[in-house]
Amino acid sequence: MTTNTSAAHSEVKLKSQPDSMDTFLRGIWQDNPVFVMLLGMCPVLAVTNSVVNALAMGIASLFVLFCSNTLVALLRNFIPKQVRIASYIVIIATFVTVVDYVIQAISLDLYNALGAFIQLIVVNCIILGRAEAFASKNKVGAAMLDALGMGIGFTLALLCLGGVREILGNGTFLGISLFGENFQAWSVMILPPGGFFVLGAWLLLFNWLKERKDMKALSPDLQLAETKN
Amino acid sequence: METVEVRTSPHVHGAPSVATIMRNVVYALLPICIFATYQFGLSAVALIIVTTLACIFTESFFNRISGTSDSLGDFSAVITGVLLALTLPPGFPLWMAAVAGFIAIALGKKLFGGLGFNVFNPALVGRAFVQAAFPVAITTWTPSLTAARFTEFIPSTLTFPFAVPAAVDQWNAQVAVDAFSGATPLALSKFENIPTDTFLLLFGTTAGSAGETSALLILLCGLYLIFRNMLDWRIPAAVLLGAFLTEEAFHLFDSARFPDPWFMLFSGGLMLGAMFMASDMVGSPVTPVGVWIFGLLIGFLTIIIRLFGGLNEGIMYAILLGNAASPLIDAATQPRVYGVTEAKIFGKKVD
Repeated sequence: MTTNTSAAHSEVKLKSQPDSMDTFLRGIWQDNPVFVMLLGMCPVLAVTNSVVNALAMGIASLFVLFCSNTLVALLRNFIPKQVRIASYIVIIATFVTVVDYVIQAISLDLYNALGAFIQLIVVNCIILGRAEAFASKNKVGAAMLDALGMGIGFTLALLCLGGVREILGNGTFLGISLFGENFQAWSVMILPPGGFFVLGAWLLLFNWLKERKDMKALSPDLQLAETKN
Repeated sequence: METVEVRTSPHVHGAPSVATIMRNVVYALLPICIFATYQFGLSAVALIIVTTLACIFTESFFNRISGTSDSLGDFSAVITGVLLALTLPPGFPLWMAAVAGFIAIALGKKLFGGLGFNVFNPALVGRAFVQAAFPVAITTWTPSLTAARFTEFIPSTLTFPFAVPAAVDQWNAQVAVDAFSGATPLALSKFENIPTDTFLLLFGTTAGSAGETSALLILLCGLYLIFRNMLDWRIPAAVLLGAFLTEEAFHLFDSARFPDPWFMLFSGGLMLGAMFMASDMVGSPVTPVGVWIFGLLIGFLTIIIRLFGGLNEGIMYAILLGNAASPLIDAATQPRVYGVTEAKIFGKKVD
């Protein structure tokens, strides 16, 4: 058994070596900001009542995350430790302002539908969290990949919620009617409680998949231990 | 011939098991189901069968995937299904009823860990979900005692799954003996200030949810359980007392605006909720004082929601709120342990 565990340890060490593909994929699946880390719950619950809103929110967050992570990584050796959070907020707020004006220029309807949540990207804990936990300690390339992975993971999670809520709550996907006029809309799904129900259901699914995977990964070891005993 | 064993006292009886109590609750609900059938015909039968089957299938499905032992034998899923059907409008589309049954067991009971661990009454969780999801269907009422009720369904009952239910306005106008406005006595009282005779409410020939119409029958079925010692009589008594006192206070204040307290007691789902749902052993407090507080709170909230809320019926939300408050009530009303000089409740000394 002891040799087994030490082998597992060395494997973990090997995996934690910086690997660009791993950095990118980590945010999409293994450390998904919504389904695994449960970060940024405010926009996740509030603006996922339709696919368009979810997509716009996801892309806006992705843009801000990518730009801020890049800039923070570039400036990581110049920002004094004592004022780093304030500096990150200034950097993030700059890009949020850009996004705010861009969305307002592209579509005023979308801007009104998203409401205060665009401005609130500035306090989204995913973005500040990645700046503090990753970008400030890594090189620019790695920080960019991390931002892309996390941003895409966040967007996909928003789409998962927005898709289910719009299909059930309105019978449409991206505004296109799926089931015809006779579909009975589940009005609870586009209301705030629906956000909690759908998020809970997705978390259930992800945790169930994770548990199954862990059990499968564990079972050969267990069998080995049993035969040794 | 059966052999009889003669023994001296004490003759020890085992306490009734969960399954025994639950089975007796099902027996107590049967007359109400039969009356619902007499009153609303085929649609009510279909509704009761569909919700019960939905609850049973959901229960066994969750038992299978979680690997726990079979819990269908304790009849609690059957009770949830029957109670759920009794709280729904008789013409409620069957596919929505199945959704309600699934949510009741899945969200209301199994996700918390099964019977004994559920915070809220499962049947009411299912009903609250469909109330939020399908607000129109759940407030569409049909007249009772129509001529052809045993040969044809209410048009909205057999709605194709996931489709919008058929409108029943025209059907209502055709089948109703008197002019039927599509409202329950409570809605008539609240929105149009039309009183309904308390006598009619007692015998239940009015419109309403499938099993809530006859206050007298529900009272008798509840009394059966109380006399079998399978229902804590203090909970229904406290709920009804709370509702009566609250309504009496408002009625004395302005009798033109607020209806008679007796009307409030016998209308809507108050009697069914007080007898069979508030008294659910899992969601109610265990301390003697706590039980009274719990019941009075539910009665008070019901009347407040009925009089001042957007809906005309409030017993469902009142019981759910009561369930949520029940652990807190238990904590605040712990009896003094014999021989202990001082106890602390919420950091305050009490003697």
